[in-house]
Amino acid sequence: MLTWIVFIPVAVGLIGFLLPSRIVGWWALLGTLVSLGLAISLVAGFDSSGGLQEVVDESWIPQLGVRFQLGVDGLSLFLVLLTSLLWTATVLWSALQYPDRPRNYFFMLGLAQTATLGAFLAQDLLLFVLFFDLMLIPFYFLIGQWGTGDRVRATIKMIIYTLIGSLLMLVAAIATAVLSADSVGGLTFSIEILRQVPLPTGSQYWIFAFFSLAFLVKMPAFLVHGWVADAYKACPLPVLVLLGGVLSKVAAYGFLRIVMPLFPDAAIQFQDLLLIAGVVSILYGSAMAFTQTDVRLIVAYSSIAQMGFITIGIFSLSGSGGDGAVIQMVNHGLVVAPVFLIIAILAERSGTEDVREMGGMARNAPVLAVLFVIVAMALLAIPGSANFVGEFFILKGVFETDVAIALIASIGIALAAFYSLRMYQRTMHNREAAPGVSREIALREAVVVVPLVLCIVGLALYPGLITTRGENAVDRSLAAVNPDPQPAPEAAAAADRGWTGYAPVAEGSAP
Amino acid sequence: MIDTPDIDYAALSPVIALVTGIVVVLLVGLIGPRGRRGLSSALTLLTLGTTAGLMIWQLGEPDTDLVAGALRSDGLSLTIGLIVVAAAAFVIPLQLRDPAAEEAGFGETHTLLLGSVLGMVLLAEAQNLISLFVALELLSIPLYVLCGSHRSRTQSLESGLKYLIVGSIGSATLLYGSAFIYGGSGGATDFTAIAEGIGTDLADDPLVLIGIAFVAVGLAFKVSIAPFHQWTPDVYQGAPTPITAFMAVATKAAAFAVFARFFITALGPSADQWQPALAALAAITIIVGNVGALGQDSLKRMLGYSGVAQAGYMLTGLLVGSIAGIDALVFYLAAYTLMNLAAFAVIAIRERETPLGDDITAVQGLGRDRPELAWPLTISMLALAGLPGTAGFMGKLFLIEAAVAAEYTWLGVFIVVGSMISLAYYLRVIAAIWMRPAPRLAPAIAGAAPEAEAGAAEPPSRTGRAGRALDGTPSGGRCWLVLGAIIVTSAATIVFGIVPSPLIDFSIHAGEAIISMLGV
Repeated sequence: MLTWIVFIPVAVGLIGFLLPSRIVGWWALLGTLVSLGLAISLVAGFDSSGGLQEVVDESWIPQLGVRFQLGVDGLSLFLVLLTSLLWTATVLWSALQYPDRPRNYFFMLGLAQTATLGAFLAQDLLLFVLFFDLMLIPFYFLIGQWGTGDRVRATIKMIIYTLIGSLLMLVAAIATAVLSADSVGGLTFSIEILRQVPLPTGSQYWIFAFFSLAFLVKMPAFLVHGWVADAYKACPLPVLVLLGGVLSKVAAYGFLRIVMPLFPDAAIQFQDLLLIAGVVSILYGSAMAFTQTDVRLIVAYSSIAQMGFITIGIFSLSGSGGDGAVIQMVNHGLVVAPVFLIIAILAERSGTEDVREMGGMARNAPVLAVLFVIVAMALLAIPGSANFVGEFFILKGVFETDVAIALIASIGIALAAFYSLRMYQRTMHNREAAPGVSREIALREAVVVVPLVLCIVGLALYPGLITTRGENAVDRSLAAVNPDPQPAPEAAAAADRGWTGYAPVAEGSAP
Repeated sequence: MIDTPDIDYAALSPVIALVTGIVVVLLVGLIGPRGRRGLSSALTLLTLGTTAGLMIWQLGEPDTDLVAGALRSDGLSLTIGLIVVAAAAFVIPLQLRDPAAEEAGFGETHTLLLGSVLGMVLLAEAQNLISLFVALELLSIPLYVLCGSHRSRTQSLESGLKYLIVGSIGSATLLYGSAFIYGGSGGATDFTAIAEGIGTDLADDPLVLIGIAFVAVGLAFKVSIAPFHQWTPDVYQGAPTPITAFMAVATKAAAFAVFARFFITALGPSADQWQPALAALAAITIIVGNVGALGQDSLKRMLGYSGVAQAGYMLTGLLVGSIAGIDALVFYLAAYTLMNLAAFAVIAIRERETPLGDDITAVQGLGRDRPELAWPLTISMLALAGLPGTAGFMGKLFLIEAAVAAEYTWLGVFIVVGSMISLAYYLRVIAAIWMRPAPRLAPAIAGAAPEAEAGAAEPPSRTGRAGRALDGTPSGGRCWLVLGAIIVTSAATIVFGIVPSPLIDFSIHAGEAIISMLGV
């Protein structure tokens, strides 16, 4: 079944070349709906207590010890669902807009979906690297061909930045397999086998550095975020949903899937460094988000801050930090997607993406305003939202590890309120800008945005959906760095106490 | 009664087929009228097909020494031979409408091409110093002529002369080095005898080391390893494009085959001496090639420099001296052949369709106007850059794995650093194809000054009409044979990027040949 999930999108894209260009968008939508259905059935059939499930293990390149191994566990389960959901949203949105050269466009979207799902499901180190690098190609074309502004320069910058990390990761992955070949009895890239025999500490250090660089660039983190502003500015908005919502998660996921189990000594050694990198990302991202005037860049920098949170959650090396990171990955993806779509709606109404020239959009559009306010509240992690649960877990984990870092990171939560409310206010309220027209959300827009907002609300009501299933996998992933796992009591309690996953957490937060 | 060496005609049959083909094609070219491009091409393709068939047949047979041990038919020579023959067969349809072949005569062009192929096949089989040198000259001399075969273009003549001079220096250096090795190893010319002659005692003998250095330099000229690469971009740019395509892949394949055979079998005892030196050369080559290609506006020059960089990658597979390294080298050569041929073919077609020559503006807007050319060129560029999903990625993976296993991890890092630099120029081509509008061409005057900057998104003017050359004759851009060949190679690039096992099985023959030569 996982093989189908991975390869249906690209197959649909290829068949699209044979169809008349008018219907190719709807055909692509059908494909994403099928993968969404498969992803939902994957969640439904998931066994919360089990480890890796639905395993696919085929011989692929026997000469090099590479196998085609897929599998899903609590770490990847909801990321797969998120991916399928956001792709459906993007394809539906795009199908309604009739893009130029639709066959190429939807093929690239399909290829991107295949690569992303492959990266989330791969259980073979090399397969992961391959899909991870492959993701870049369709996004290169999508931004370069359908983007705006100085897109060629932006794409080249993006590719070079991200591939510097990714290609070094390729060397690191090969080195991991070759160096452990003796101890595991033969060349293999299987993560499951490699994790049983950690490498000598010295090799772990440089391999860890290569992997971390790849993931930090992709995330992006402070200092290696140079590509972000240009790429976000040039990217077509529906594609930006995917770029901001899903791609950054692959990197955070890579830390949990690969770095923690395979290079535990290095992870402990460099824990402080990564924590500091995360905190700096939070502060820098928040500060930049607060000062930018381009709406896209506000969200772009806020993503840097959010990814900083996820990084410190992971590198708190504690169970609750990891749980929080997993839930926050899904949350952030779910929140960013409608934000970008609403930006697209607003930009169309007001003819600009500069917050100084926008404003008053809420006057004739109460529904749109309500939707936006929900999303903005989720973005600032108001208590009651799933983001709050995620950030709470993360901060709890970090407090256990390093109080100073946790205190600084808490500032980030306050800053989040500043930038997300500022963005909402400047666009929806204030004086009505001259050229802009305040119009209610149209049906073809609502049909995409409303379901996404409903998902946010749903997850806010029942965050236990993710934590109960993710917990087990997080503990397994962190087993090597955290040899005496303290069970995350809140997560367990949340799961035990029924559907209001966040309630006991809120109690605990107010001593 | 003269004691003649016993000749294994079965193992020699590919060579015999080639020689017969050369004679027939030459005679037909002389007898018939000058314009008989169809017959000449068909006969050449028939020759190449027969040779390939015989080679595939021999691939299953045990390794044999031929002609008193001067040649050896084994996995290495046959895999390389097949790559060379495939490259030649790809080029023949491309030459159908080539002005250079038209001018020089098809019979002559094809004879020279087949002669060069014969040289390459022999070079891959060579296992003593004499046959090595003879085969190398047989390979080179027809290529000097072919490079200059477009006589009405100064650049072509210049490229032929330049190649002749530089190539002769390379050959002379090689010959001089062979003499040292001959002396140093106690008068041996056979590769195995040299290995025995040098043994462990003479491995760091100055005489032998000088010989090794000169031979390495001579071969480095042929495969264009920096700092002996200066001729490459000039010759690639000046030569007729189909010849460049052939030369870029086939010469490299054949020269690397003998490079590997000579260094690993004959000079195996001195491996500790030459490995670090070649590693340094590989690193320099990767950097020089990739940096040189940046900012080149001429696509052929760009591919010339990129070929230098690719030679650096391949040298890595050779110098690690392991069987996995040889497998990786042959795999990469095969992948390189696929991706490079498609790229050159598209360039050749655009050269005839637009007055822009091989300038990068000639492919602008191709994505919209000519998707059947745009996709293959895109795939080639992605594969040359080593992005996943292509044979180029698998090749690099294979090479890096061999390098890391032989404790040359730093060279693996060099390969990926080189790939990163290379993205800047490969992506420039892709951006031109898909993201920039087609250039506005000056009204229909052939040879009008190309307009450098792209104009607004206008359809290309009548001169650039698909499938027609500037003077209205067919350019080959719509020829099903050419398009088919391009599409097949591009498809193979993707297929071997997803399912590389068949190509790996093919390249493993080469490693087995080395094992049997070393007698391990």
